[in-house]
Amino acid sequence: MRSAPPIDAFTLRRRPPQEKLTDIGFRQLTLVLAASVGIVLLAIFVTVFTGAREAMATFGLRFLTTSAWDPVNEQYGALIAIYGTLVTAILSLLIAVPIGLGTAIFITEDLLPRSVRDVIGLLVELLAAIPSVVLGLWAIFVMEPAIRPFLSLLHSTLGWTPFFSTEPQGPGTAPAILILVVMVLPIITAISRDALNQVPVELRQGAYGVGTTRWGAIFNVILPAAVSSIMGGVMLSLGRAMGETMAVTMIIGNSLNFSLSLLAPGNTIASMLANQFGEADGIQVSALMYAAVVLMILTFIVNVLAQWIVRRLSLRY
Amino acid sequence: MIPLFLVLIYVLIQGGRLISLQLLTELPPAPGLEGGGIGNAILGTIVVTLIASLIAIPVGVGGGVYLSEYAQDGWFSKFVRFGNDVLAGVPSIICGVFIYSLIVATRIFFDQSFSAMAGGIALSVLMLPTVIKTTYEGLLLVPQEMRMGAYGVGASRFVTITQITLPAAFTPIATGVVLGIARAAGETAPLIFTALFSPFWPEGLFNPIATMSVLIFNFAIMPYEAQNELAWAASFVLVIMILGANLLARWISHATRA
Amino acid sequence: MASDVCMSLQDVTISYGSFEAVKNVYMDLPKGKVTAFIGPSGCGKSTVLRALNRMNDLIPGCSLKGRVIFDQHDLYDKRVDPVEVRRRIGMVFQKPNPFPKSIYENIAFGARINGYKGDMDELVERSLRKAAVWDECKDKLKESGFSLSGGQQQRLCIARAIATEPEVILMDEPCSALDPISTLKIEETMHELKRSYTIMIVTHNMQQAVRVADMTAFFNAEAVEGGSGKVGYLVEFNETENIFNSPSQQSTLDYVSGRFG
Repeated sequence: MRSAPPIDAFTLRRRPPQEKLTDIGFRQLTLVLAASVGIVLLAIFVTVFTGAREAMATFGLRFLTTSAWDPVNEQYGALIAIYGTLVTAILSLLIAVPIGLGTAIFITEDLLPRSVRDVIGLLVELLAAIPSVVLGLWAIFVMEPAIRPFLSLLHSTLGWTPFFSTEPQGPGTAPAILILVVMVLPIITAISRDALNQVPVELRQGAYGVGTTRWGAIFNVILPAAVSSIMGGVMLSLGRAMGETMAVTMIIGNSLNFSLSLLAPGNTIASMLANQFGEADGIQVSALMYAAVVLMILTFIVNVLAQWIVRRLSLRY
Repeated sequence: MIPLFLVLIYVLIQGGRLISLQLLTELPPAPGLEGGGIGNAILGTIVVTLIASLIAIPVGVGGGVYLSEYAQDGWFSKFVRFGNDVLAGVPSIICGVFIYSLIVATRIFFDQSFSAMAGGIALSVLMLPTVIKTTYEGLLLVPQEMRMGAYGVGASRFVTITQITLPAAFTPIATGVVLGIARAAGETAPLIFTALFSPFWPEGLFNPIATMSVLIFNFAIMPYEAQNELAWAASFVLVIMILGANLLARWISHATRA
Repeated sequence: MASDVCMSLQDVTISYGSFEAVKNVYMDLPKGKVTAFIGPSGCGKSTVLRALNRMNDLIPGCSLKGRVIFDQHDLYDKRVDPVEVRRRIGMVFQKPNPFPKSIYENIAFGARINGYKGDMDELVERSLRKAAVWDECKDKLKESGFSLSGGQQQRLCIARAIATEPEVILMDEPCSALDPISTLKIEETMHELKRSYTIMIVTHNMQQAVRVADMTAFFNAEAVEGGSGKVGYLVEFNETENIFNSPSQQSTLDYVSGRFG
């Protein structure tokens, strides 16, 4: 009928064993590499928990509610740092979210010519890449002196509330909050912009088609459709703000005394670690590790919540 | 957004006016003295970032390949992807604490405590989730027909992945990896107590090493003007490097798409 | 049927998970001929075709019961390496899928991994000529495969498949994404190819089956009791002339005369 195909030129029609081994070996290698994520994560948890065990046994949950940080008498409580971490992160987001979201609406919803929007979008991404230590440097030498008159004004008018009861004197919680705002703003803007861009075109056209105004469409149709991604992005930013170390450490003052006032020096878990971990020994190391455990649990909850929100709410439309 | 522009402009002006050949090539001065440069910190940042890349890129690309090309959608792949997101959210200072306990305090490298290697490993932990995610998502964009075509001429999975699928996903992966490197180069927190700092030129991978980011941190809080100026200069160099890497990433994604 | 048997399907049932896509297929596919698989959508004809070179292995959850005999071996025997199977049984897909490489490399890739030891330039030219796309490609061998038109891309994919000199070429609706002129050219190519290869082709287009196929298999699908979907099965397998002019089954007659499907 026909001659046999000239298979002699193709010497690997039958695969040699080493070729099959490469195939299997590569698969196993990538499996191990993928598993390394889990291994690293587990190792981080185990290392930090093990390090914290001594302090956990000594101080128990009292650690979370007391504010003594006394290396001489070996008494440790992380209340100042926990309070500082939560206050700086939450307040900075309260300021940054409206601004970031507004910027995102501004650059997505046809309010500006396309070329201008693209340039702003590019700049937002580039600004997000500025290292936090550089922001810290700027905060020390430029921002803090510049805003001090404003903070003094806050003190003189609102000094009767506990939150502004102290005289601003350089580093403090308020400048730290402001530098965090500067840091998370590009993240929130970028995520909100992506979320708004992903709203289906039909939904937009549908809204305009029934005669809605532009702002009506933005507030009633487009924002609700993008809310899950935006919320997820906000939660991720919250996690970042809580874990942010350098910029905050450089401007918050690293105080070991508790004060409700935002104008007084404060502390966060991350900046406490950055300042003390290198020189600590004995139970202070363990106490710092305990604080690290608290920070890890806080960021873990926030991040898991962020993923959950995105998954849960994105089923809506 | 305006404060960020102010930061950028201020850094470029304040740092840029200090740049000279001497600054880029000399060692920092002793406290209280004038002059000097940040040469050792520039070199150190390159060394530490390179170590981190050499670890995180192969591991991350390999892991991403497994997730996209081999894994069935079972518990393992769900767990790894979840774990990857969690790892991406771990504060960078915790990476430092982790590597300090694992490597620095145990002195496992030739009885050395703080070292360039420890710093590089700490940064690689930070880079890993980015590399895995970009590889995984980049490979998902490769059409299934492309893989089928390769299998159809008798290619094994190994050959298909290394010669067809990965090259086809080069653009998104390279873009993500470059951005990940840029981010790692600017990180400080994981380095403070792993790579530590050194006023001298790098003395090998298993000794403490200076980096620009730690230099900025240390010199910013010193009461000497010469050191503060060097912090600005280092900020300038660091920001230019990172912005350059970001523009490179954009260029990759534009140039190869056309 | 006077010719030799190339592949033989014995009681083949293919499932995706717990859902049976096609069941109890018996067929002897002749050597050196063109066999067409026709039938309505969802009858499992593409599934059967992909089973012939173990392409279905790549679809998660897809499993096969029964035997597929090729060259005296059951292709689904545990000792058989599916990669080796695909080196002997090549495939052309529904959508043109050239690699993101140069035209030259598109051809050379398969030959190289099959351990080709001859003159590569010569092989590339020969394969492109056999696929009747040499004239369009000869001046731009270094350019990307995507620079060709859809029909040319599909002929490049045919050239890619024949460059490895397989014994069988499977074609899964190779013309469904192409215009009529490109379709005609590919059909002409197939007439040339069947001198040296056994070809199996899935097609939606009955005229195409009449034009290119020596043998035709008609598949149909029927609803199963208690099941949610339809299960495909082989209705009739005979010489093309018989299938279209004097089918033995009523459903075949209905289909080929355009009464349904």
